Amino acid sequence: MKSFKSALIAAAVASVAAGAVTSAQAETELVVVSWGGAYSASQQGAYHDPYMAANSDVRIVNDDSSNAAVAKLRAMNEAGNVTWDLVDVVAADAIRLCDEGLAEIIDHDKVLAPAPDGTPASEDFGDLIVSECFIPQIVYSTTFGYRTDMVSSTPTSVCDVFDLEKFPGKRALEKNPINNMEWALLCDGVAPDQVYEVLGTPAGVEKALAKLGTIKDSVVWWTKGAQTPQLLADGEVVMGSTYNGRLFSVIEEEKQPIAMLWDWQVFDLDGWIVPTGTKNKEAVMEYLRFATDTQRLADQAKFISYGPARKSSAPLVGKHATLGIEMAPHMPTDPANSKTTLLYNYEFWADNRDDIDERFQSWLLQ
Amino acid sequence: MQNSAADAIVTADGKPLKVSLAKALRRQRMFALALVAPLFIFVAISFIIPIADMLFRSVENGIVEEILPQTVKALESWDETSGELPDEAVYAAMVADLKVARKERTNTKVGQRLNYERSGMSSLFRGAGRKASRIKEPPYKEQLIKTDKDWGKVVTWQVIKQFSPNLTPGYYLAAVDAMQTPEGDIRFEDSEKAIHTKLFIRTMIMSVVITLMTLLLGFPIAYLIATQPAKIGNLLIILVLLPFWTSLLVRTTSWIALLQQQGVINDILVFVGIISEDGRLAMIHNATGSVIAMTHILLPFMVLPLYSVMKTVPPTYMRAATSLGAHPWPAFWKVYFPNTVPGIGAGAILVFILAIGYYITPELVGGTSGTFISNRIAFHIQNSLNWGLAAALGAVLLAIVLVFYLLYDKIVGIDNMKLG
Repeated sequence: MKSFKSALIAAAVASVAAGAVTSAQAETELVVVSWGGAYSASQQGAYHDPYMAANSDVRIVNDDSSNAAVAKLRAMNEAGNVTWDLVDVVAADAIRLCDEGLAEIIDHDKVLAPAPDGTPASEDFGDLIVSECFIPQIVYSTTFGYRTDMVSSTPTSVCDVFDLEKFPGKRALEKNPINNMEWALLCDGVAPDQVYEVLGTPAGVEKALAKLGTIKDSVVWWTKGAQTPQLLADGEVVMGSTYNGRLFSVIEEEKQPIAMLWDWQVFDLDGWIVPTGTKNKEAVMEYLRFATDTQRLADQAKFISYGPARKSSAPLVGKHATLGIEMAPHMPTDPANSKTTLLYNYEFWADNRDDIDERFQSWLLQ
Repeated sequence: MQNSAADAIVTADGKPLKVSLAKALRRQRMFALALVAPLFIFVAISFIIPIADMLFRSVENGIVEEILPQTVKALESWDETSGELPDEAVYAAMVADLKVARKERTNTKVGQRLNYERSGMSSLFRGAGRKASRIKEPPYKEQLIKTDKDWGKVVTWQVIKQFSPNLTPGYYLAAVDAMQTPEGDIRFEDSEKAIHTKLFIRTMIMSVVITLMTLLLGFPIAYLIATQPAKIGNLLIILVLLPFWTSLLVRTTSWIALLQQQGVINDILVFVGIISEDGRLAMIHNATGSVIAMTHILLPFMVLPLYSVMKTVPPTYMRAATSLGAHPWPAFWKVYFPNTVPGIGAGAILVFILAIGYYITPELVGGTSGTFISNRIAFHIQNSLNWGLAAALGAVLLAIVLVFYLLYDKIVGIDNMKLG
C-alpha cells in the first residue's frame, strides 16, 4: 500500500515537472486558422513543421474555420476576446475584414522577407496585394473538370458548358452568382473587357441569368468545394466547376477519368490576415516572415496544385511530394493553362454582391 | 387589547407564531430559489439574452450617426423630396466626417452598411476616405463631386439621410421583400423577384409535409413498439435510436449515395426494369431530397413521444371495445386513437419546430427547390455579414412559430400535449 502511495506521488510530481518543462519550452501557442483537409496539410508540410522544428518554443495549433472566419472574427471582436493569431482567407474576405477594421494593416516590406535577389516583398508580390491587410499566399482558380468517358468529343471552351446538344448531361455550378455570371456573359457574346460594365446594369444581370436559364434544368448547384469532385466521380454530372486543386487531387491522386477544362478559369487569391487584437502579434509576425518567404511558398506547391503568390517562387516549384510528378503543368498559372483567364473583380463584387446575389437566388427559386 | 395580546399564539422561544412561520417560509423560498438559480441563469444567458440581442440587432442602426455625426446633423434641414442636391454645408460636413473616419478606419465600415441599401456605396466610401483628405478648403461641394460623380446624385444623399436614425425598419422591410422610398412610401418587390416571402412560405409547407410524413411513418412504429413484449420492444427502441447517435452529416451524405441518379435506388430500379436507363429518377438536389432526408433525421422525435404516450394506454380499452361489438377499425379510431392525441401533438410540435430551423441538410440535398429560409439566414450571417437582415429574418421566423403555437393551443389545447 505504501509503495503504491509513493508511486502515485512520484507520478504526480513527475507529471507536474513534465508540465513545467513543456510549458517552459512551448512558450507561445499560435492558433492558425485555415481551410482544413488537403490545404491545411500542405501548410503543415511546407510551413508549420519546418518552423516548429527550428523554433522549439512555438507550438502551432490548427483550427479549420476559414469558411466561417469573417463572421467568427466579427463575433470575437464584439466579445472583446480574439483567440486567433493568424487567419487564412480568400482575398474578398480579407478586403472585407480590413474594411471592418478586423484585420491589422501590414507594412509588407517591413514584415515580409525580400526575394533572394533582394527585391522587396511588395514588388515580389506585386498586384496580388489587393488590400493593405492581405498577405497573398497562393493563386488558385475556379475552373471546370469533365468526365472523359462521358463526352463524345473533347470540350475546349467554357461555352461548351452551355451547349446541351454537344454535351448532354448534368453540370455542377456553384450556387452563387460570382463566376457563373461572368461565364454566361462571355458565352453570350459579351467582349471580355466589357463583362463587368454589362454586369453592372440590371439589364446585364438579366442577360446573364437568361443565358444561365438555357441550362438551368441540367444544373446541380454546389455549395462546398468537395461536392463537384464527388459528383464527377459518381458520374452524376458530366462537367462541373470547382477549385483547381480539388480537381488535381481527384484526377492525379484518385485516378478518376476526369480532365481539366482551363478555358476562362477565374483566378482568385488566398492568403493571410492578422486579426486585430491577437495576443501574440510579435510571434505571428516572426512566423509570417518565415512562412511567406520565397522557398516556403514554392514548397507548398509540392503538396497541392496552387500557384505560389511570389514571382520569385515560380522557378522553384518542383515535384509533388508523394506522387513524384512535375507540378508546374498542373499550376493554374502555367502558360499552357492560362491562355484565357479572368481575375476575380474584387471591387465590383464588393459593391454589387448583395444585390446580384439576391436577384440570383430569387431567379433560382423561379 | 390585553385580551388579544394574550390570545396571540407564541412559539417556544416566545416569538409570535405568525412571525416565525413567515421566517421559516421565507427561508424555504430562498432555498428553492437558490436551487433554481443555476438553471435560471443558464436560460437567461443562453436563451433570453441572445434572443433579445437578436431582436435589438434587427432594428439597430447607430453606425451612420456614429461615423458621420456632422453630416447627419447637417442633412436634417435638407428636404430629400425636393429633388435637389444638399447645399455646401452638408458637403463640408461630409468632408470633415470623412477625414476623421479615415483616421479611425471607419469610412469603409459605414460604406458596407449603406451598401446593403444601395449597391456602390461600399466603393464610394472606400475611395472617398482617401480622396476627401486631399480637399483642404471650400468649395467642398464641387470638389467632392469631382472625386466621384456619385456624390452629385440625389439618391446617394437620400439613402444616407434615410438610414441616419438610430433605429430603422429597413431590415424588417427587406425581410418581407419591401423597401421604403425616399418619399416614405413602402414599395414591395415584384413577386418574381421576391425571395424571402417565397422562402418563408416554402419553409412552412415543407415543414408541414415533413411533420405529416414522420407521423405517417412514426405512428405504426410507435404502436408496434408499445404493443410488443418488453424484450422485442426494447430492441426496436434501440433501432429507432441508433440513427440518432450517428452524425447528422453522415446520415445526410448516405442519402446522397442512395438517392442520386447513379445511386443505389436508381441502379436497382433500372436493373429490375421498372425505369429505363434514360429515365433515372431525380430524387435528390430538389424538394423530394429534402423531405426524404429530413423525415428520416426527425423521425425519432415523433416516435419517442408517441411511444411513451401509447405505453400508458391500457390494452384492455381496445379489448373492451371489441367485446362490446365494435369492429377493429372503429375500436381503434374511436377508442385507441383519441388516447394518443397528446403524443401526436407533442411529436408534431417537436418535429415541426426543428424542421423550420434546419439548414445543413437542405443545403446539401435541397438543390434549389428544397432550400429553407434558414439557408438564407446562414448566408447573411456567414457570407454577406448583413447581421441586421439575418436578425430580422430570424425574428419573423420566431413570430411565425409563435403564431403556429397559438393556433395549436386554440385548436388542440397545449395542456393536451404530453411527452410521456
